[in-house]
Amino acid sequence: MARRTPPRWEARNSSTNIVPFALGRIGALVLHLLSFLGRVGLFLVQALGLVFVPPLKIQRILRQMHFIGARSLLVIALTGLFTGMVLGLQGYYTLTRFGSEAYLGPAVAISLITELGPVLSALMVTGRAGSAIAAEIGIMRITEQIDALEVMALNPIRYLVVPNIVAGLIVMPLLGALFAVIGIYGGYLIGVQLLGVSSGTYFGSMRDFVGMTDIRNGLYKSLSFGLLITFLCCFKGYHTGPGAEGVSKATTEAVVLSSVAVLVLDYFLNSVLL
Amino acid sequence: MAETPLIQVRTLHKRFGRQVVLHGLSLDIRRDEIMAVVGRSGSGKSVFLKHLIGLMRPDSGQVLVDGEDIHRGGSRTLARIRERFGMLFQGGALFDSLTVEDNIAFPLRERTRMSATQIQTVVAETLKNVGLEGVEGKLPDELSGGMRKRVALARALAMHPEIILFDEPTTGLDPILVRAIHRLIADTQARFHYTAVIVSHELPEIFDIATRVAMLHNGAILEVDTAAHFQHSSNPAVQQFIAGRLEGPLTPT
Repeated sequence: MARRTPPRWEARNSSTNIVPFALGRIGALVLHLLSFLGRVGLFLVQALGLVFVPPLKIQRILRQMHFIGARSLLVIALTGLFTGMVLGLQGYYTLTRFGSEAYLGPAVAISLITELGPVLSALMVTGRAGSAIAAEIGIMRITEQIDALEVMALNPIRYLVVPNIVAGLIVMPLLGALFAVIGIYGGYLIGVQLLGVSSGTYFGSMRDFVGMTDIRNGLYKSLSFGLLITFLCCFKGYHTGPGAEGVSKATTEAVVLSSVAVLVLDYFLNSVLL
Repeated sequence: MAETPLIQVRTLHKRFGRQVVLHGLSLDIRRDEIMAVVGRSGSGKSVFLKHLIGLMRPDSGQVLVDGEDIHRGGSRTLARIRERFGMLFQGGALFDSLTVEDNIAFPLRERTRMSATQIQTVVAETLKNVGLEGVEGKLPDELSGGMRKRVALARALAMHPEIILFDEPTTGLDPILVRAIHRLIADTQARFHYTAVIVSHELPEIFDIATRVAMLHNGAILEVDTAAHFQHSSNPAVQQFIAGRLEGPLTPT
């Protein structure tokens, strides 16, 4: 924006000059932030509205479920396994100090089910599928394919955004659960097979201490993250700037914004759910 | 009394930040004519075309289709008006994850209740109309530039729109293909009687097919006339533009 020439009374005294300037800057920043939030909000309302208005594009939803879900399986399995193994190792050494290694099972399980499963799988999906979603929609924007949909009197959000959101909502809880299950097995490998906690204690105490609430909380988190990631990545791709640079910027921003948003939302969900 | 124009553009103004792109542009487009819009690069031709179909909203001014303001009645009205349009984008804008057949069938599947066999027949027929056969199963990436333009035209024609907008349909093609695409536009227009608005850089080739030519300069229409009259315009800027001379009222920036 053009910087206004200061009025004369301001120019006389430079110390009074800096205050309106700083206020102007802060104001511009706030306005920018508000308009961004407004656009995000409107886009979300529009997209969520279309989730409930038929026709849903079932084929596209299945395609995106395959892309976001099935093709993330390996990465989720690997990260889940190693996260569980680290938890087993760390948990064992921490718990032995208090002589309570019998609680290794529930410690590993609760961390995975309520926290690490949903959060880490969301971060992995952001990196693997979120970036691709943003790039694909971004390229469609710069090659005018989104305009082509509009010209056909079709709503691009219905074709490009809604299937991703629905797929994200279905697939994220499954991936989060898978992460937790494989992680628990990873903890078992280390805790039981390597460090000698008895198998009965590992699983038995898990049954005593892990409640339905934990599983439900994990599920709520996964659902929220599924919506958050797919929505933000679609939003960033949909509003790509011009050219290859625009797409690369949108992709990077989509990943960074989604990852940060997952962690921030995780904190707030924790404070509400726990 | 003369017939009301199909599309009436009334004093469009559009700016991006500080850059004024359209500055009080007015133009009437008549039914069944081929209107060519020419002008220097960056004169706002593509922006103008996007305003005709509501892909961009003017800061002020109106676009009327059959007397109806396209932005007046919200998104449903706009969608209804858009059903009368087809558009051929600069790069074709074919959906790159779909085959040629699926690209052409896309609007038919989504907007009509035609059966799969009917759609297949229409696709084959439209491809034949644009001089392409046997490419149904190919992806857009496997086609040459000229073929891609033809497929894009086929996709626009498949719904039999009343109006087709062409955004530089021949950019990047060799001189023979330029004439071939022009011929194709003229032939299909004569057959299906659509109104065509063509944004083009191809001078003098465009004069062969255009009913009227409008020249855009500084965000407004500098001159609009029949193709024959336009070529012999007394306006020095028009003459300089047609001849591509460096000297004259238009500065080469």
